[in-house]
Amino acid sequence: MATARLARTGRFVWSGWAGLAGLSVFAAVWQAGHEAYGSFILPAPAETFASVVALLAEPESWRIVWATAGRALLGFGIAAGIGTMAGTLAGYHPAIMRLARPQITLMLGVPPIAWIVLLMIWFGNGVGTVSATAAVACLPIVFIAAAEGIATRDRGLDDMARAAGLGPIRRLLRIGMRQMLHTLFPALVMALGTAFKASIMAELLANAGGVGEELAVARANLDVSLALAWILLSVTALITVEYGLLQPLRAEIETWREAARPWGVRR
Amino acid sequence: MTLLQLDKVGHAFLGRTVLERIDLGISAGELVALVGPSGSGKSTLAHIAAGLVEPRMGRVNRRYRRHAVIFQEPRLLPWKRTADNIGLGLAGQRVGGDARRRKLHAVASRVALEYGDLEKFPAQLSGGMRQRAAIARALIAEPDFIFFDEPFSALDVALKRRMQDIVVDTVAHSGLSGLFITHDLSEAVRIAHRILVLDRNGRGIAGSRIVPSRPGERDDRFVFETSVEFLAGDRLFAHVNDCDERSLP
Ligand SMILES: Nc1ncnc2c1ncn2[C@@H]1O[C@H](COP(=O)(O)OP(=O)(O)O)[C@@H](O)[C@H]1O
Ligand SMILES: [Mg+2]
Repeated sequence: MATARLARTGRFVWSGWAGLAGLSVFAAVWQAGHEAYGSFILPAPAETFASVVALLAEPESWRIVWATAGRALLGFGIAAGIGTMAGTLAGYHPAIMRLARPQITLMLGVPPIAWIVLLMIWFGNGVGTVSATAAVACLPIVFIAAAEGIATRDRGLDDMARAAGLGPIRRLLRIGMRQMLHTLFPALVMALGTAFKASIMAELLANAGGVGEELAVARANLDVSLALAWILLSVTALITVEYGLLQPLRAEIETWREAARPWGVRR
Repeated sequence: MTLLQLDKVGHAFLGRTVLERIDLGISAGELVALVGPSGSGKSTLAHIAAGLVEPRMGRVNRRYRRHAVIFQEPRLLPWKRTADNIGLGLAGQRVGGDARRRKLHAVASRVALEYGDLEKFPAQLSGGMRQRAAIARALIAEPDFIFFDEPFSALDVALKRRMQDIVVDTVAHSGLSGLFITHDLSEAVRIAHRILVLDRNGRGIAGSRIVPSRPGERDDRFVFETSVEFLAGDRLFAHVNDCDERSLP
């Protein structure tokens, strides 16, 4: 099992080369854009990279990135918790699902910008608004995935577990929610990205500090290279959380899918 | 002593009656086969008897200590290795560590699963091995009553016989009782003390026949001749091999 984990990590690191190749293509296109339009519109990748390095040298920028990441994660965590619980409930009880559907449509239909305005009125300009915006943006995604995962579970396994003597709590945790992870995980990955995007937007609009406010400052100074550097930093933070936390968790839980794949069909 | 007693049990799915006025009793040490054509409500009856489905009418009385159910499909948890899947049968009891491992290996070798198979995920097993794992999951709990819902239909002839022998053996040696559902009359003749025939439309038990001699003492010739005799000479079995599902009202 430990060797399997090591092999998985090895494969993952190896697949990093492919990612690097993709990034190089991206950088090349960027460089071409830079050469066509000049530094004022689109600074060169190297230039931007230099700004990133300069930013990273200052402890203050670390603090700013951490602040944004923390707010995004707080909103994400709240949405993941509430969404999973409510979705599980709705998955087991179609009546609750029918009641919740219009709410979800409403949440998805209201533009995030409107939420930010409302939340600024309710929470003022601060962590509350930013995290709440992130949570509101993530909640429907998580809820729908959780409900879908429970609703499409294999009911035969429930009966089997009951016959084997598992109580309702253990059945919920070990059979029902275990099957839910299959739809929940992709939704969590998507929700995490949404949380970062929504947080930065809320920070920008509410002047609530963090990366969003730095972006606003860069815009005011027409400093494109600084703006791009902040964007790169926040994307890096998102990727760190996703590949450092969510994907290993997912790989651990989905070992059996790996095993079920026929020989030679490996990613 | 009667371990399982069904009194006037009836059931309907979405207003369509599936079972009506089912009365049956199974005593200790008795293995009763229930035969009936496909779609006659056998699985529903087994699920009601095992407490997985609440019947619309009637009462079910259970006087055994612990039961296990072997379903028509293996119903293994795809994310758990075979060993953990079989171990799930012990969920209702507190068995830990060494005792658990001993039980696991004993029961795995009984159903002819090899040591290496226990480390595999269900998706890596063949269909027959999956069903054998499901049987092991039922046996590991050492129940005194087992519900079998056509558990061997997916197995090849040789394995089917081996599994039937295990059932006969367990019944003979550990005083197990059970309800064995099948649509295969020769299987019923081979392993059961008594055969019940479910009405073609689930309207009660059409009748009951005691199989002469005892399970384990019956050879192939006896099984073949008795099944032919039942099918040809006994009106009770006239519909057992009907293959058409009953038509919707
Ligand atoms: N969950 C269910 N909902 C609706 N109808 C069902 C359900 N389960 C079984 N039935 C119906 O009940 C009848 C008996 O099914 P079943 O007990 O599985 O038959 P058997 O096991 O004898 O083949 C069938 O007509 C089937 O369509
Ligand atoms: Mg059936």
